[in-house]
Amino acid sequence: MSLLQIKNLNVRFGDANAVPVVDGLDLSVSEGEVLAIVGESGSGKSVTMMALMGLIDAPGRISADALTFDGHNMLKLSGRQRRRVVGKDMAMVFQDPMTALNPSYTVGFQIEEVLRQHLGLRGKAARQRALELLRKVEIPAPESRLDAYPHQLSGGMSQRVAIAMAIAGEPKLLIADEPTTALDVTIQAQIMELLLNLQKEQNMALILITHDLAVVAETARRVCVMYAGQAVEIGQVPELFDVPAHPYSEALLAAIPEHSEGAERLATLPGIVPGRYDRPQGCLLSPRCPYVQDHCRQQRPPLDPQVHSLVRCFYPLNQEVA
Amino acid sequence: MFSFIARRLGLLIPTFFGITLLTFALIRLIPGDPVEVMMGERRVDPEMHAQAMERLGLNKPLPEQYLDYIGKLAQGDLGESLRTRESVWNEFLTLFPATLELAIAALFFAGVIGLLAGVIAALKRGSLFDHGVMGISLAGYSMPIFWWGLILIMFFSVSLGWTPVSGRIDLLYDIEPKTGFMLIDTLLSDEEGAFKDAVMHLILPAIVLGTIPLAVIARMTRSSMLEVLREDYIRTARAKGLSPARVVFVHGLRNALIPVLTVFGLQVGTLLAGAVLTETIFSWPGIGKWLIEAIGARDYPVVQNGILLIACLVILVNFVVDILYGLANPRIRHQR
Repeated sequence: MSLLQIKNLNVRFGDANAVPVVDGLDLSVSEGEVLAIVGESGSGKSVTMMALMGLIDAPGRISADALTFDGHNMLKLSGRQRRRVVGKDMAMVFQDPMTALNPSYTVGFQIEEVLRQHLGLRGKAARQRALELLRKVEIPAPESRLDAYPHQLSGGMSQRVAIAMAIAGEPKLLIADEPTTALDVTIQAQIMELLLNLQKEQNMALILITHDLAVVAETARRVCVMYAGQAVEIGQVPELFDVPAHPYSEALLAAIPEHSEGAERLATLPGIVPGRYDRPQGCLLSPRCPYVQDHCRQQRPPLDPQVHSLVRCFYPLNQEVA
Repeated sequence: MFSFIARRLGLLIPTFFGITLLTFALIRLIPGDPVEVMMGERRVDPEMHAQAMERLGLNKPLPEQYLDYIGKLAQGDLGESLRTRESVWNEFLTLFPATLELAIAALFFAGVIGLLAGVIAALKRGSLFDHGVMGISLAGYSMPIFWWGLILIMFFSVSLGWTPVSGRIDLLYDIEPKTGFMLIDTLLSDEEGAFKDAVMHLILPAIVLGTIPLAVIARMTRSSMLEVLREDYIRTARAKGLSPARVVFVHGLRNALIPVLTVFGLQVGTLLAGAVLTETIFSWPGIGKWLIEAIGARDYPVVQNGILLIACLVILVNFVVDILYGLANPRIRHQR
């Protein structure tokens, strides 16, 4: 029984005919699992997670065959019921820590708020727990940081505070939406290490949205590659990296600078993600795919199991069984 | 912080000189002089007139008069009224609580309703309520105060008879002025019904005086709130599972209030200017009415020093707002 089960998730902004930003996404996450979601900007990674957290507002519309988390049908929950889950069992860390914290309140206040909301901790007990959380995210001199305001913290420090807030309710699932993109390279490694340590320590599931394939290779067990709102390949980490079955996965991997060593230019996939008005009738990658066939331009491929992974392609690559 | 205060205080000196010079000159530019006004319609005997002017020291050349005035000010002497022979400072102290009471009531009215309307309009952006609030506040902002006051008096006082037409309290009551605030004095007195009567007297003038600040606060709150609601930290607050009310009021409004607070401070000047008209319309015995009467009587010391005192007050309030601004916004507090 998986912790999170997403079946045929669609997110649209506008009426029912609007182009979906997330288009028929199927995804599941087991307890204590690390899943990475990769894909270029605009592929629907963040929107998927926002939908899960209930952070999509009108005119955004969510529909799904199933959206279950920890036994709750997230589609059926009332606002009040959802808020008991969100921020506690399912928490999220955002991309830019410098704007994610409220500038008017101290670090302590913002952490204690979660403790009061979900665990009923108040006063000294809440402060004590907030202090422990700051220690847990390895903030130096945590006592003095409790009364600090966000503008007094560096980016890395702010992200640690954001993580402390997210893990305050001891979540079963932590969603990290490009948690290191806005940080210095040296800090990035520290934050990743912290997230993974916490994940192991608390045995929580971690969904890691990232652009950084190197991070994925080192951290995740499973990876979901998204393109234009669809999952195009979902597979285990070493296999997907060694023998990508979807042309888009292959192109993503080829774009890692190290893979182009000695070449004049980095490998790229020409073109851009299809927008609102140029969404192809067939496979969404067909205008950019180097292996495209006529058939691909007519019909959309389903996400089918192949040798190593689930692949959304009529002509998957690397299918020879070793 | 200290250097900030010192810098601000340094700026006050030229401001003071400007105000004294301006009021001194302006009141003397109005045709007529105190003696003529006192004599009224009667033909003024030139000799008597000259004697009276000499007694008041108004026959000296203007630069000399100004230097006399400044010299007295420097000694803390605000002079006395030409009409009542009462010291200007004492008259100010007696009348100021009435204006303060009216201003506080007006700001309370404007603040509570303006903030609520602004927040709701921002939350329901584009709705009928939003358009309604913005339309009405534009109308409120553009409305001449004296006209608005008269309309309200005609409707609520004359037609419906709900509220009294003018004054602070019915003549039936004999209230001892302990604090100068009628609401408090009536509560302290044992006259039955006096408090309610004082409240009824206060409602219309407070609404009239509060209308422009209300409009400004509602519009400012709305736009500030709209901006804040788009911020990342609002998303973070929602992701914590906090209730919508807490997200809006604790995380949103607190930040949205920072620019509103500045506007609030600036409104105090508008408010005192508005008090002049409002008090005249409602015969409210405050400093606004006092000044109007003093101008009519060419009561030079009252006009000059009354305006100077009001100017000091506006400066003081803005000073306090600046400090409050620092308290509300931790980023500024730490800069100083």
